[in-house]
Amino acid sequence: MLLEIKNLQARVADKPILKGIDLQVDAGQVHAIMGPNGSGKSTLAGVLAGREVYAVTGGEVLYDGADLLAMKPEERASAGVFMAFQYPVEIPGVSNMYFLRAALNAQRKYRGLEELDAMDFLALVKDKAKLLGLDETLLSRPVNEGFSGGEKKRNEIFQMAVLEPRLAILDETDSGLDIDALKAVAAGINAMRSPDRGMIVVTHYQRLLSYVVPDFVHVMHNGRIVRSGGKDLALELERLGYAWLEEQAAVGS
Amino acid sequence: MSASVIPAREHEDAYLAAFASASLPGGARLRRTRQAAIERFSGLGFPTTHNEAWKYTNLAPFLKTPYQPAPPTGFSRELPAASPGATRLVFVNGRFAPELSKTQTLAGVKISRFQEAFTRRSIVDRIGATAVFDTNAMVALNTAMFEDGALIEIADGAVLDAPVELLFVATADGSVAYPRNLIIAGRESQARIVETYLGSDAAGYFTAAVTEALVADGAVIEHYKLQEESEAALHFGMLAVRQGASSNFVSHNIAFGGALVRNEIAVVLEGEGADCNLNGLYVTGGRQHVDNYTTLDHAQPHTTSHELYKGVLDGASQAVFHGRIIVRPEAQKTDAIQRNKNLLLSDGAVINTKPQLEIYADDVKCTHGATVGQVDADAIFYLRSRGIPLEEARSLLTFAFTSQMISSMKVESVRERLGPLLLRRLAGGGA
Repeated sequence: MLLEIKNLQARVADKPILKGIDLQVDAGQVHAIMGPNGSGKSTLAGVLAGREVYAVTGGEVLYDGADLLAMKPEERASAGVFMAFQYPVEIPGVSNMYFLRAALNAQRKYRGLEELDAMDFLALVKDKAKLLGLDETLLSRPVNEGFSGGEKKRNEIFQMAVLEPRLAILDETDSGLDIDALKAVAAGINAMRSPDRGMIVVTHYQRLLSYVVPDFVHVMHNGRIVRSGGKDLALELERLGYAWLEEQAAVGS
Repeated sequence: MSASVIPAREHEDAYLAAFASASLPGGARLRRTRQAAIERFSGLGFPTTHNEAWKYTNLAPFLKTPYQPAPPTGFSRELPAASPGATRLVFVNGRFAPELSKTQTLAGVKISRFQEAFTRRSIVDRIGATAVFDTNAMVALNTAMFEDGALIEIADGAVLDAPVELLFVATADGSVAYPRNLIIAGRESQARIVETYLGSDAAGYFTAAVTEALVADGAVIEHYKLQEESEAALHFGMLAVRQGASSNFVSHNIAFGGALVRNEIAVVLEGEGADCNLNGLYVTGGRQHVDNYTTLDHAQPHTTSHELYKGVLDGASQAVFHGRIIVRPEAQKTDAIQRNKNLLLSDGAVINTKPQLEIYADDVKCTHGATVGQVDADAIFYLRSRGIPLEEARSLLTFAFTSQMISSMKVESVRERLGPLLLRRLAGGGA
């Protein structure tokens, strides 16, 4: 099993956000996590990537059988965990190319591989940019600085393509995109689907899932996964919205 | 026994005695200037923290050292590689070192050691005309005591392709040197001038340097001050500039070294349409103290100034940024922007930043802003989430914060030398 989340609980400051998450993701699978705002979707993604604002208060996460939560963010990345940010950070003064090469070489070093020289790296990057139809001028610009919303999200997918993670967590990668940008991002994600790679696609809306068809869909509400199913569940949610969750919660209480 | 305020006159007295006994170069005219200057110095005394302009910078601990001019010494040290085609004058402990210098005959330009012009009346009359010593004890001290430096005379319309490099090297512990330079840039002339201050590793010495620049109408001058003094050095520098109409002056002021450093820059935009850029970078660690005090005096209409100073402070170091902008009543349509941005890498580092705007015209645009912060936590996490280790992420972001100050420099040899030097400074700044 690539990823096993067992009864995961986490909070921000004094506020419990995750209240017992169980999820298993295997290589080759795409899991969609849906749910209304505030349900804990992004917190789950952040906890998996190692964001320090979240305090894990219970449960465990095994990645390839190892304790993921004991690893630093850079160790998780080097072990093959990648998160595409909902809000990619702008880094003035550091070019996209420099940043990615530093990242790739840090990961290679961690894995005991030789670092890529500038020429090999350039060839790799051009190849991936072509694959995703990414404007090459973005490569020499400072990381995300002055990028449009769509460019930022595509840049995240581009980074994923270069770093080739084993587990990709895409946090609201579809938010704020027009339909053309959405299609481009979806095409990038689909190009990355592989029997060796697991994916968790966190999204509020069903529309991305029309292009990236998931194997499993999970619905989060109030810090728990309240329903799981196949790809049809996403369509059902699209039709019904999330209001029924509140009703169900009211009935249950 | 209660402490009482005793004027620390013994510090000044030592310098007055040194003046009285020194045989300083120059004719009667220069002697009169020196005499006036030493009298001003005596009257003003060394600045103390009671002086508003020196509030955060305390010279007193350093003035206990009886700095003396160094005897002539041999010199063996690797100097930074010269730019291709550059003219270079090197001064060791204040003395011209012809064997390390590289002079050449260039059309429209005269670059010589200052001493050679000490009997030229037109030159001597300009000494102190821009770097006014009436209210500045350090400038007065330099004006009284200086022995040499560079004189750069650029004819109207002359364009220098290669930079002029002035290197001031200090090797002697306990020594004092008073470098003095004069730049006279003719109408529509163009030049790049690089002043570098270097010191032997642990030597404790005192440099008090003054550079005056007269930038005539339409001239384009880029000035560099690269301060890499020893870790125990006391450094004072004044760069005083007068700009003619439609001239363009750019200053790059880099402070890496020194124990206590005070940089003053005073620019008068006295011709319509004059444009000035002041770029500064200070990287401090340990117990270093670096004080930048800049004055931009907009005296005529349509003058513009852009000032950007960035600082990275580590350890228990301290820095001061004081940015004064004066807009005279006649200087309508002035456009002045001042920015001071600081990164504090440790809890013990302290920055004092102060804008001082004196605006006497009503149709002007003046903006200023200062920021003090730590390396952005979101950016650090972003880099880490891609596999870059914490320390590397931190230094990459710190370098990125400062690198713009290097990349905006036009002299390639300086960029190429300072880039790696900056990286090393940032890596070792945690002292």
